[in-house]
Amino acid sequence: MKTKVIDERDFERMLTRLAHEILERNKGAGNIALVGIRTRGEFLARRLAEKIKLLEGKEIPLGFLDITLYRDDLREKHQQPVLLGTYIEFDITGKHLILADDVLFTGRTVRSALSELVDLGRPASIQLAVMIDRGHRELPIKADYVGKNIPTSLQQEVQVCMKELDGEDAIYLKELKESN
Amino acid sequence: MPLSSRHLLGLEGVPKEDINLILDTATNFREVLERPVKKVPTLQGQTIVNLFLEDSTRTRVSFELAERRLSADVVNFSASVSSLKKGETLKDTVRNLEAMKIDMVVIRHAAQGSPHFLTKIMDAHIINAGDGSHEHPTQALLDMYTIREKFGTLEGIHVCIVGDISHSRVALSNIYGLKTMGATVSVCGPKTLIPKDIEKLGVNVFYNINSAIREADVLNVLRIQLERQDRVFLPSMREYREYFAVTKERLKHARKEITILHPGPINRDVELSADVADSDASLILHQVLNGVAVRMAVLYLLGTGK
Repeated sequence: MKTKVIDERDFERMLTRLAHEILERNKGAGNIALVGIRTRGEFLARRLAEKIKLLEGKEIPLGFLDITLYRDDLREKHQQPVLLGTYIEFDITGKHLILADDVLFTGRTVRSALSELVDLGRPASIQLAVMIDRGHRELPIKADYVGKNIPTSLQQEVQVCMKELDGEDAIYLKELKESN
Repeated sequence: MPLSSRHLLGLEGVPKEDINLILDTATNFREVLERPVKKVPTLQGQTIVNLFLEDSTRTRVSFELAERRLSADVVNFSASVSSLKKGETLKDTVRNLEAMKIDMVVIRHAAQGSPHFLTKIMDAHIINAGDGSHEHPTQALLDMYTIREKFGTLEGIHVCIVGDISHSRVALSNIYGLKTMGATVSVCGPKTLIPKDIEKLGVNVFYNINSAIREADVLNVLRIQLERQDRVFLPSMREYREYFAVTKERLKHARKEITILHPGPINRDVELSADVADSDASLILHQVLNGVAVRMAVLYLLGTGK
């Protein structure tokens, strides 16, 4: 079973609000840069960069992070993840980095991303922007910008669809089959 | 989408998909090698033994760097200091190593088939770093990576391997890998150093270096191994140089821009003239850097997933 919890128009409003919040907190786009966690965070970061450009008239540095090499479950996973690569062409040292991802869940992905960013330089700060916070954190990690909080059970899955990948902007809540 | 085998023993019979996966994965590690911190925690907690029972500096250093940059724990075991000198068999050595809970073994051995033998007596992943004159798969993979980086593809690229083909594991692995990837492969060298039935592998033979230079896009120039010339295949080094050395003068007759590879170490002014080795046509130092990235890719692909 799958329910649409956010439609295209709400999705757009959420993005706009996130962009405004980022600019408000950082007092403009002066020294910020966006880094999306691949796959969906990449497109979220692209969208936020577009919005910020519309609002401030300024291109901000944009990069993408593939955290696979920093995962803590590489030996447990049965499926070997395909490496997509990290592309950050600017120096992150001294920048206020906005890390973008679609869903915040256990926090382990963000933990991996933080470890990788630290190896790439020394940013002035790292802030976290997510579309959905679904709870169930396993690490002490909290988002700075949240599109929507959706309380979930572990038998549910949050699916963020984006036009670039899935043909539509929408967010669904799916019931997984209960494992006996 | 993992590799189809849990070991890398050679390139004979390795499918195109696996070679592509290794080369694509290596691209990501090239990026890691450009970072301020050239190290990722991917193989943390895994132990890799470099079992080098034949002299090697560069391959061992390249593997060790690749392992350390993936955060693996590394143990080096070499022939001169090992218990094999005291009469222990390879089997017993390896059994002992395995009792110490290791995850991977990188082996270099003078006897053909030693890596295959290890797969039968232990559970660890085995990587062949050169077995006799049989195969040296990671060298061929880094050669292919370097060619692909330059030309964008391997398909249809004419690679001529020059030198002692009979005793070269680099040549054999390159032939298997390049043929699988759709490249045109030829060999060039004196008749005494070219195996009689080499055409069966689908390669052309040039006995004249000038003809090879006219046809090829890439010359992969092998080291003339002075240490292997105990049985006499060459009248003299001077004669080899006279007839087969790749020199600036000879490259003038190329019909297109020609790319030079060499697995190292170079005998300057024997198989390759110094001016060619140091020219823009030479990708020798790219090969060295790519070697670390390709070995990281192989270690990553074998060491993760179940």
